[in-house]
Amino acid sequence: MARISGVDLPNDKRIEIALTYIYGIGNNLAKNIIAKAQINPDTRVKDLSNEDVGKIRTVLGDYKVEGALRTEVSMNIKRLMDISCYRGVRHRRGLPVRGQRTHTNARTRSGRRRVVGMKKKSK
Amino acid sequence: MARSIKKGPYVDTKLVDKILAMNESNQKKVIKTWARRSTITPEFVGHTLAVHNGNKFFPVFINENMVGHKLGEFSPTRTFRGHAGRDKRSSVR
Repeated sequence: MARISGVDLPNDKRIEIALTYIYGIGNNLAKNIIAKAQINPDTRVKDLSNEDVGKIRTVLGDYKVEGALRTEVSMNIKRLMDISCYRGVRHRRGLPVRGQRTHTNARTRSGRRRVVGMKKKSK
Repeated sequence: MARSIKKGPYVDTKLVDKILAMNESNQKKVIKTWARRSTITPEFVGHTLAVHNGNKFFPVFINENMVGHKLGEFSPTRTFRGHAGRDKRSSVR
């Protein structure tokens, strides 16, 4: 089991795919990393030698992944909220930030539908 | 689409002139402006601008985090007061 930047990589996957289990690494970056580390992308994680893992680690040093990346993202959002610009306000209210419609849809941001019942006047 | 880098950021020239004049004479006055589309440049920092939101002037104090944003982003044009018939208590739950 190879452990890279705090994430266990799945043993039976090709290294190219396994790397994408790390937050901040997608298919493209995984390919680039492997090319730089000069490892055959078809090797399974369990067949990696310790050297190979070391190589991947050194290449990964140039990228922001996992915790560092997460904090950066949340800091960016926090900055927007602190200066209370339009985007920050949208983040605060949990509504779409990039000008999407909210008349319908926008369910990903606003969460499940809340039923707004009209209160009947009791007579 | 983003603005071409070749052109540089759009800044309202009249507004900048006023601010530069204020910087030179070291005074701070609230400037009323309609230039919501103007980018905030580092010279603006520390001033308070009253940015029009279509109805009235909304005072915006500029700090250095705001540099690079547009003035209009800080002066909301819509007021949402909640939906009709929605009970505040039941919505908290």
